[in-house]
Amino acid sequence: MEIRYITCICCPFGCQIEVAVGSGGIQSISGYTCNRGLNFAANEVNHPERMVTTTVRVIGGMQPQVSVKTRKGIPKSEVFRCMEELKSVEVHAPVRIGDLIRENICGTGIDVIATKDVQQINFQNFSD
Amino acid sequence: MKTYDLIVIGGGPAGMAAAISARENGCEDVLILERGSSLGGILNQCIHNGFGLLTFHEELTGPEYAARYAEKICALNIDYQLNTTVIRIDREKKVTAINADKGLQILQSKTIILAMGCRERPRGALNIPGSRPAGIFSAGTAQRIINIDGYMPGHNVVILGSGDIGLIMARRMTLEGAKVKVVAELMPYSSGLKRNIVQCLDDFGIPLKFRTSVVKIHGDKRLTGVTLARMDDRNKPIPDTEEFYECDTLLLSVGLIPENELSDEAGIPLDPSTCGPVVNNDFETEAEGIFACGNVLHVHDLVDFVSQEAASAGKNAACYIRRNGLSNKERTVRLFGSDGVRYIVPQILNPDRKDEDLTVRFRVGEVYQNAFISVFFNDQCILRRKKPIVTPGEMELIKLRKEQINQFPDLKSITIKIEKG
Repeated sequence: MEIRYITCICCPFGCQIEVAVGSGGIQSISGYTCNRGLNFAANEVNHPERMVTTTVRVIGGMQPQVSVKTRKGIPKSEVFRCMEELKSVEVHAPVRIGDLIRENICGTGIDVIATKDVQQINFQNFSD
Repeated sequence: MKTYDLIVIGGGPAGMAAAISARENGCEDVLILERGSSLGGILNQCIHNGFGLLTFHEELTGPEYAARYAEKICALNIDYQLNTTVIRIDREKKVTAINADKGLQILQSKTIILAMGCRERPRGALNIPGSRPAGIFSAGTAQRIINIDGYMPGHNVVILGSGDIGLIMARRMTLEGAKVKVVAELMPYSSGLKRNIVQCLDDFGIPLKFRTSVVKIHGDKRLTGVTLARMDDRNKPIPDTEEFYECDTLLLSVGLIPENELSDEAGIPLDPSTCGPVVNNDFETEAEGIFACGNVLHVHDLVDFVSQEAASAGKNAACYIRRNGLSNKERTVRLFGSDGVRYIVPQILNPDRKDEDLTVRFRVGEVYQNAFISVFFNDQCILRRKKPIVTPGEMELIKLRKEQINQFPDLKSITIKIEKG
């Protein structure tokens, strides 16, 4: 049996919750003060998820990059692979909030979308 | 000369929410003056999620949160000027601004809303000994370099201060491949939000050392390392606790200061504990018709509270114009924070002004567990609320009902205290 320590983020109290995990899953949870903490700890052990927010390169934009996010949380274990996969992604301006940047990132079934507008660069601005 | 109903100084979250609310409450000629090249202010570089849970009941990133308000500004046809710096305001509500297109402009308004936000406490304010090599950044500067400009400021990182921006940058730099070695915090607690400590440090095994600070900077041209030491109760380094960390980057996340040079030069009284203007329950400063909201008033931890406060300030500016400038300040009640309450906003209540409940925002100076938040009207305790925990990192909010206030016709002062359980 393994003991996992989880700091609850549901309120500033930050309970240190101990979760005993055996071969059949969670054996016991202790150290929480309220049900929110109990649920949080169980979730963190069974299927922890994190939303990934980062940037990707933009070609021909008024800004060199655009901010993006996974539409929902992806499994915590996939976060670094997600970053790696997005490293090579480039998009062409204009980009609009909500535009699809990468479908089904790392096979998680979750899409990465833009969180900012980036206008196309207007070369006329530089002609004179 | 044209007279605006309202000029809003700053087009960040506070300025946008204030302008929208003022327009929705009847202000016709509203102008936002914004120093940056787009609306949204600091939200544009805060690409992480966690914004808008209270306002929109969904988790947005900073740019998405800003875009919701910017769209509304456009939909309501609210006028704004970008790349425009306000260099002076005065009590007659004259605003002097400069930009490249229009040069110097002197604009007259009936009301002004101060929404200039805050800035980071710089290295110079910290008394860190050592040389001045490249590689020392405020956390927000590093955030801009990475998220807007698209460069990495360094690869081996130590962070001083556990404010939210520092925590967010610990995660951001780690995701981008840097090694964040440690976060050092002088205080025995973090001023950052719990969720940021867990999701930005614990998730990546980054240690957070309390009562620890930087005692030496190493490096000539570029930073090569820092020495950290444990601090005693008087913030003196404890001998033989020094530890050397090799690093090329030091991020400072050591507090935010409301940006009040314009307010101060206009002779608007500031509260030394918030570093923002003294305001009444309308968010009106002691200069009639000039209001303040958002981080220029006091530093917030959640943008949702900034938007709420700013919407209220915008509405009150519209009311001020409808009342034709009569500020009707005959009865004033002072608000005080004591016994652990570090600051309180508003500092003044004008109870005759309007029929609304009073929202008091405050922050404590240290961590209290199982303590009571007590509210005194004059010397009489009228409310005592038990809280499992209050911390300096999270703003507290208490609502006092209008009826409660009206029951005290001889009310002179309201005091909020922390009483240990």
